[in-house]
Amino acid sequence: MTDQTVTRADLSEAVYQEVGLSRNESADLVESVLSEIADTLTSGETVKISSFGSFSVRQKGERVGRNPKTGEEVPILPRKVLVFRASNVLKNRINGEAGGEDDTDDGFSGADNGGAPQQQPDTPPPMGSGTPYRPGS
Amino acid sequence: MTKSELILRLAENNPHLYQRDVERIVSTIFDEISTALARGDRVELRGFGAFSVKTRDARTGRNPRTGESVHVAKKSVPFFKSGKDLRDRLNDRK
Repeated sequence: MTDQTVTRADLSEAVYQEVGLSRNESADLVESVLSEIADTLTSGETVKISSFGSFSVRQKGERVGRNPKTGEEVPILPRKVLVFRASNVLKNRINGEAGGEDDTDDGFSGADNGGAPQQQPDTPPPMGSGTPYRPGS
Repeated sequence: MTKSELILRLAENNPHLYQRDVERIVSTIFDEISTALARGDRVELRGFGAFSVKTRDARTGRNPRTGESVHVAKKSVPFFKSGKDLRDRLNDRK
């Protein structure tokens, strides 16, 4: 279907439409929300947004990598990575199932349907082209 | 930090706003992102990260307890890739 990109401007516009603030202030608030989350994560704290998902920081140990082009071995230093875990509400919405309207968050968070047969969504998700996988960066 | 703590913090920093409005602002943002993903769109927030939807093909899974094979339908999963700025900040490179 659409396959478009939503940006800060769209989020600000949504806030502007929804709350009676100026466009400028709406944009500032979108920015504040993102920076609060970023600051919290930088301090090492997890951020949980009910019915959306959680962001957490994971420490990765050092390992030996390989330059795929030259085959050369290079050490990959220990580093921190950000992981996002979507809530079941969000996962269900993306699969076109009736998403929980309320904060009926991760009732069974750990159970990542371990092979349980899943119901076929009525409409296949609109994917113009699968997101290409870009290794490394 | 939870969503309500985020709301409280924002309300503290914006004393001219009603907390009710701050709640609506925060909810609107996450709802907008969710709706975009449900549409199959990508959400790109420079410096922070990008949300996208990936498809997982149908496959024949196995019930790990019984060994019985089951059909797992094709599904879409949300995916988040952190932005470079945030990644660098996490690693004190900024």
